[in-house]
Amino acid sequence: MGAKVITVTSGKGGVGKTTATANLGVSLARLGKKVVLIDADVGLRNLDIVMGLENRIVYDLVDVVEGRCQLRQAMIKHKQFPDLFLIPAAQTRDKTAISPADMIQITDKLRPEFDYILIDSPAGIERGFRNAVAPADEVLIVTNPEVSAVRDADRIIGLLEANNKGPAKLIINRVNPDMVRRGEMMSADDVTDILAIKLIGIVPEDEHVIPASNSGIPVTLNENSRAGAAFRNIARRLTGENVPFLPMNDSVGFFQRLARLFTGQGE
Amino acid sequence: MSGFFDWMRGRSPAKNSGTVAKERLQLILVHDRINLPPERMEEMKAEILAVISKYVAVDRDNVDIALQQRNRDSLIVAEIPFSQSHDSDEARRRLAKAADEAADEADDS
Repeated sequence: MGAKVITVTSGKGGVGKTTATANLGVSLARLGKKVVLIDADVGLRNLDIVMGLENRIVYDLVDVVEGRCQLRQAMIKHKQFPDLFLIPAAQTRDKTAISPADMIQITDKLRPEFDYILIDSPAGIERGFRNAVAPADEVLIVTNPEVSAVRDADRIIGLLEANNKGPAKLIINRVNPDMVRRGEMMSADDVTDILAIKLIGIVPEDEHVIPASNSGIPVTLNENSRAGAAFRNIARRLTGENVPFLPMNDSVGFFQRLARLFTGQGE
Repeated sequence: MSGFFDWMRGRSPAKNSGTVAKERLQLILVHDRINLPPERMEEMKAEILAVISKYVAVDRDNVDIALQQRNRDSLIVAEIPFSQSHDSDEARRRLAKAADEAADEADDS
């Protein structure tokens, strides 16, 4: 049956689905896997930008569905990783241009040739979400440690369970360890506790992320980035490896805090 | 100022916003998950109490009816203590009333 189809979704917008999809795709490719990314956010495509492939789009997902090109022609090969491809979303159409059955058909064609097919879902719980989830073997839910994002994640988890797509796995993105330590942000444990699903990754807030998307080079290619390291770890967990979670500097002592105060250094 | 001492000890103030967030979420989700808004929940509680009070005297000050979560399952947990009064007349009156009502219902059908 070949590739495993993994859909990245969230309910709420702006929590980091596209960033997660891009970085997991690159991280899996770095592990030597054959990977294809599909941007299912028809009408609001962004995965091409985060991947730095926006200037190479000729055909898109809707062109494939409507028979204007072969599947191969819509697959953009990554500059650095020859086994990493992107199928971009159409920008001038809407979610109804594609059906859940179309997504299943496309992924079925891709399965024999790849190890992983990652689908970047749009926000929301409507047609675009249903398209993205239809072919999934596994679903990753991205959330932030904030009340509204966690509430929406819970709704998605319920919908997936009702459609026998569960149990999903959780990525908690943009955790600020300093704020967690001060009690001003829910910890990864708090969020996992509330949502009661399996945690697959904790990604710290990291100033490297925006420059990376500015230049279209996923942050996981930056060896100094803690977020990048977190995404590499999630990719290894997806392949079945048992990788311990990164320490979040939960217990910083008084003198370390004092030293940090004087030197003005972060972690 | 107390914040400074908390900082010195590496401790967080008594109730910080992270805890508030978690508590708010737990309450929101318990209602989201069973699709029962808080107002309807209050109606249901009143009705449950009314039914039980028909048969026994209830200590209304110490009633606790709440939704709970076990993993992703929701359940309603009710603690409804009977009132401590040993007013046997009151109990007899209740029983008689319940018996009358039952008889009326039987007549109706």
